[in-house]
Amino acid sequence: MNNLGLVIEREYLERVKRKSFIITTLVVPIVMIALMAAPTLFMIFGKSDEKVVQVVDNTGQIASRLQGNEEIKFVASTAPVDTLRANDDIEAILIINADAITNPGKSSTLLSRGSVPLMTDTYITDQIKKAIEDIRLESYNIEGIHEILDSIKANVTLSTVRIDKEEATETSSGLSYVMSMIMDLMLYMFILIYGQMVMTSIIEEKNNRVLEIVVSSVSPFQLMMGKIAGVGLTAITQILIWALIIGAGSAVAVPFLTPDTLGADAPQELVAAMTQVTDAGFLIELFITTVLFFIGGFLLYASIYAAIGSAVSNVQDASQLSTIATLPIIIGIVGSMSIMNNPDGGLAFWLSIIPLTSPMAMMARVPYGVPVWELALSIVLLYATFVFMIWLCAKIYRVGIFMYGKKPTLTEIIKWARYK
Amino acid sequence: MNDTILTAEHITKRFANHTALDDVSIEVPRGKVYGLLGPNGAGKTTLIRIINHITAPDLGTVTFNGHRLTAADVVNIGYLPEERGLYKKMKVGEQALFFARLKGLSRAEATSRLKEWFERMEISDWWDKKVEELSKGMAQKVQFIVTVLHRPELLIFDEPFSGFDPINAGILKREILKLRDEGSTIIFSTHNMESVEELCDNITLINKSRNILSGAVSDIREQYADKEYRLIYKGDPARLFETTDALGAKAEILPDDKFGNRTAAIILDTAEKRRLISGLNETVDIVGFERVLPSMDNIFISAVKNNG
Repeated sequence: MNNLGLVIEREYLERVKRKSFIITTLVVPIVMIALMAAPTLFMIFGKSDEKVVQVVDNTGQIASRLQGNEEIKFVASTAPVDTLRANDDIEAILIINADAITNPGKSSTLLSRGSVPLMTDTYITDQIKKAIEDIRLESYNIEGIHEILDSIKANVTLSTVRIDKEEATETSSGLSYVMSMIMDLMLYMFILIYGQMVMTSIIEEKNNRVLEIVVSSVSPFQLMMGKIAGVGLTAITQILIWALIIGAGSAVAVPFLTPDTLGADAPQELVAAMTQVTDAGFLIELFITTVLFFIGGFLLYASIYAAIGSAVSNVQDASQLSTIATLPIIIGIVGSMSIMNNPDGGLAFWLSIIPLTSPMAMMARVPYGVPVWELALSIVLLYATFVFMIWLCAKIYRVGIFMYGKKPTLTEIIKWARYK
Repeated sequence: MNDTILTAEHITKRFANHTALDDVSIEVPRGKVYGLLGPNGAGKTTLIRIINHITAPDLGTVTFNGHRLTAADVVNIGYLPEERGLYKKMKVGEQALFFARLKGLSRAEATSRLKEWFERMEISDWWDKKVEELSKGMAQKVQFIVTVLHRPELLIFDEPFSGFDPINAGILKREILKLRDEGSTIIFSTHNMESVEELCDNITLINKSRNILSGAVSDIREQYADKEYRLIYKGDPARLFETTDALGAKAEILPDDKFGNRTAAIILDTAEKRRLISGLNETVDIVGFERVLPSMDNIFISAVKNNG
């Protein structure tokens, strides 16, 4: 058992000390933050200075109702259009025709130096539309019209409550959907990147013959476990560092998304989602099951990749087999999408019980709530399959070494597998 | 403790297109240096892998310290593979420590032994080098240390001298003998006959998958020595040939010695030594008749040829 620790330590340190590891660990979060910040950054840097729009209002009613924002300032002008056009200092002139209120279509023209951003175009159109609507409303002379309008506005959110569970929990299907999808994709990436790392590491060791020495000191089972655990720890280290950096980087942005600051205009779905996220009980349940399936899924697929690495002698041979190994993951993910539409259906049940697809399928189901016995059964099956795979893979590894220059028959493989 | 540390009996191993070992048996005495000789492709490495429990034989058994060899015995064996295997990206010192600790040494113990060995092998300043920066011979020294560090009872070196310059080969020979004197048993495979004469107490010669010659080096040389003689004589070579032919020996003319005497190599074959001498005494004037101790080189060549 002591040797298992040594193998883990070596695998872990060798990976973590690599330059490529350090670089990707630092660069990825920077890229991620850059991607997240990009829209804001574009807005900040893309924002032009305040643009003054000279409004030539031939109706005499609209100009005073136009409200500017940080980018656009409306200034009512009485000068003739030609004079304004001749003045190079004036960037934009908005001309509103006299019949704009009765005949708003094509009633306004914006003369601009340089191109007009879509945002500006939309904003100005909106303002004119609002002004005309207001003027028209007022023309009906209904007393207290604005109060009446405010009082009939209605924001509706549908609260879905599970009544088949002992505690009625408020859930948000939109949030569940998004979370499931994110978890599934993360698991997929995780398995693909780190699982294959286990595979290449085994093949590499075979190719440079280190294994002849290693095998004389460590049992194949310990070696396999050590490699998978070492790579797993590397993955966790990398992800934790990423999480820390990204977390710190986005800490600035998140406060703007909490219910308080979202304000009344925010979509109600998002508000409900945020309320659910802050529900501690739901979070803990979700966290524990997610972690269990995440780790289980990684272990199972890492052991499958390890078995492939044990069976072949070079990376080229491995690539075909590893493509086959990714099939169940893809089935799991595609299945998850239909599970999200029907989280308690037969497909959902079987996909989340069969070990090869259960990590993906359960990720998709857990946010909707899954009976405890199903969770337990699925977890037991998943981990049992993992242990079996490791055992099998240690045998394959042993036989793979025996195979130097020899294509074995089935009876020979069985004989070797039993050779003490 | 009996005097045999390891026996391999009737080992047969077949690969797809050829038989690597065909009913080979060896018996390795404790505390000796045992040479495994043979031309390239004879099956030496396969035999070593079987002894190391890396490969399984198709037939036959390996006995270690009186019981059937199991995976657990491997900790008592140090193995230097022919194709050296070290992690390329790891530093020399770290790597040596890793392997030493795998063999059950504590970190402190391993470090102090390693420092000592690095000094003995004159590579102290390599500790922080990466393996990929080392030359083949350098990596081999590191690997040698890794193999012997935990002081296993049995050491197996597969072609330990390949890739070494004469100076380093000398260091290695010195250390091998030292290890033997400290009580280790050493098996090594080679086709470097010079090293066999210097190091081996016993040998087995494998050719074409079969064991064609084995025993103590001194016995084998004695055995071959009884057959080859050098005759210094005066007289007619034709009459010499007549005599040797009549008595069933073979003669071959060698250059005259510095006193002008004729010289011939005589191989007894079926002839009896005494009768040959008295026969020769009648036909030529014998100046000298002496036994020739054959070099291992010659033994190797003649054994392989006779087997061929």
